[in-house]
Amino acid sequence: MKLVTAVIKPFKLEDVRDALNTMGVHGMTVTEVKGYGRQKGHTEIYRGAEYAVNFLPKVRIEIAVPSDRADKVVDAITSAAKTGQIGDGKIFVTDIERAVRIRTGETDNDAL
Amino acid sequence: MSKPLCRPLSVVAGAALFSFTATPAFAQAAKIDPADTAWMITATALVLMMTLPGLALFYAGMVRKKNVLATMAQSLAALIICSLLWVVIGYTLAFTGEGPVIGTMDRFMLIGMTMDSAHALAKTIPEALFMIYQMTFAIITVALVSGSVAERIRFSAFFWFCVGWLLLVYVPIAHWVWGGGFLGAAGVLDFAGGLVVHLNCGVAGLVAAFMLGTRRGYGTENLAPFNLGLAVVGTGLLWVGWFGFNGGSALGANSRAVYAIVATHLAASAGALAWMLMEWWTRGKPSVLGMVSGAVAGLGTITPASGFVLPWHGIVIGLIAGTICFWACTKLKQKLGYDDSLDVFGVHGIGGLTGTLLTGVFATAAVSATADAPGLPGLLEGNANQLLMQAYGVVVTIVWSGAVTWLLLKVISFMVPLRVAPQQELEGLDITQHGEALQI
Repeated sequence: MKLVTAVIKPFKLEDVRDALNTMGVHGMTVTEVKGYGRQKGHTEIYRGAEYAVNFLPKVRIEIAVPSDRADKVVDAITSAAKTGQIGDGKIFVTDIERAVRIRTGETDNDAL
Repeated sequence: MSKPLCRPLSVVAGAALFSFTATPAFAQAAKIDPADTAWMITATALVLMMTLPGLALFYAGMVRKKNVLATMAQSLAALIICSLLWVVIGYTLAFTGEGPVIGTMDRFMLIGMTMDSAHALAKTIPEALFMIYQMTFAIITVALVSGSVAERIRFSAFFWFCVGWLLLVYVPIAHWVWGGGFLGAAGVLDFAGGLVVHLNCGVAGLVAAFMLGTRRGYGTENLAPFNLGLAVVGTGLLWVGWFGFNGGSALGANSRAVYAIVATHLAASAGALAWMLMEWWTRGKPSVLGMVSGAVAGLGTITPASGFVLPWHGIVIGLIAGTICFWACTKLKQKLGYDDSLDVFGVHGIGGLTGTLLTGVFATAAVSATADAPGLPGLLEGNANQLLMQAYGVVVTIVWSGAVTWLLLKVISFMVPLRVAPQQELEGLDITQHGEALQI
């Protein structure tokens, strides 16, 4: 099993969700985060006081998938979340040791 | 006792007795006008609303999340303390007698006030209404000062500051300008508080900002406002409330009140426009914070002039206010290096000063004329002396407010540190001063 973690631009969330639903992946966890990579922030000015804002709003999506589907999921997210502009984000794939569906007690791939 | 002693003694005793019973400040069985009373009740509520929730939201929206509740607590503290002290001793010392420097104890604990009595300044409304209307002015003046020391003042220090500043700074100045004291008697004009409220709290704020020092991270860290949406809502409440602040200062439901309201509204709009344009020109973008700051600048600046000028003067005064206060909050503040966190001096101090002087320029006799007295003209109508009078009032206010604020804070600092500890400032005032946190 793999955990696919993607940090993307917030307005791309719906596109990514649609793309994943289309390929039969239902279920994800979404958090609002802040971050930066190569994308510089912007400057805000309040009554003459300037502040450099380096942390930009992003959205983090976490999806647990069977290992054989991980690559397809990564491709789907990549094409849905891409704008071509700096700051599109990154995707990380990590191993999941165990998974449990709380309601039924199903484990591992049956839980995904 | 011997004759030479008896007579002067009896004269003194008689005078003392006389002063306790029949002061010229009050009229018995006055003719209460229902329209005036209804309007003044409304105006009182409007001005109270300006502090709570108006100023509370306006200020709290501009500080960082960890200090939002504490900033609101400061407005609350001013409200609570000033309300109680006003009826005990504030009102009497400000608004009784004809002493040039301070009032009498005739209305100590409001003793002597009846359902029929009226104050000489407002003969057509119950005295209790005049008293509570004036209370709301005292409340907001004290609350305004909190903006200069936001995000770092210790709550206990601020508490004592409210007590001392109301009695030692606000009450005397209110008496001098409005309550029968030497400034009003000399002819200084201040319709609704350019000196008593705005210049006063602005100077005090500046002194306090210098004494407390800058916030940790000032100039280097991101001190961005928590939620400017709150500040905009607060501005709305202040703007609407100001109809009661300036309109109510006519102390009656009449044309003068309406002229004051129109001038006020136009000044707010013009002030917002001016600041907006200044930002558009210098920064490339007009900010929402700039618009609301400009509006408040316009409102503060028109305050002393509102009942003495023509409504369209409000536009000119507002444009000047927005421009000058923009300069004060950006260039002047940077140059002098003080951390007046919420720009009490830049907006209210400079605004009150400018407005008081502009009153001397724009005062129009027709507006203040009554059946018994000719009106009060300003420079544009050929009376240059008024401008000198206004400058006199400005100087006295700056000196008294500045000096006594400094002294008061010095005394308080011997009892309790004015600033929170550095670690408390990092954690935030909400949790360290009040044990509370926004759950967001």
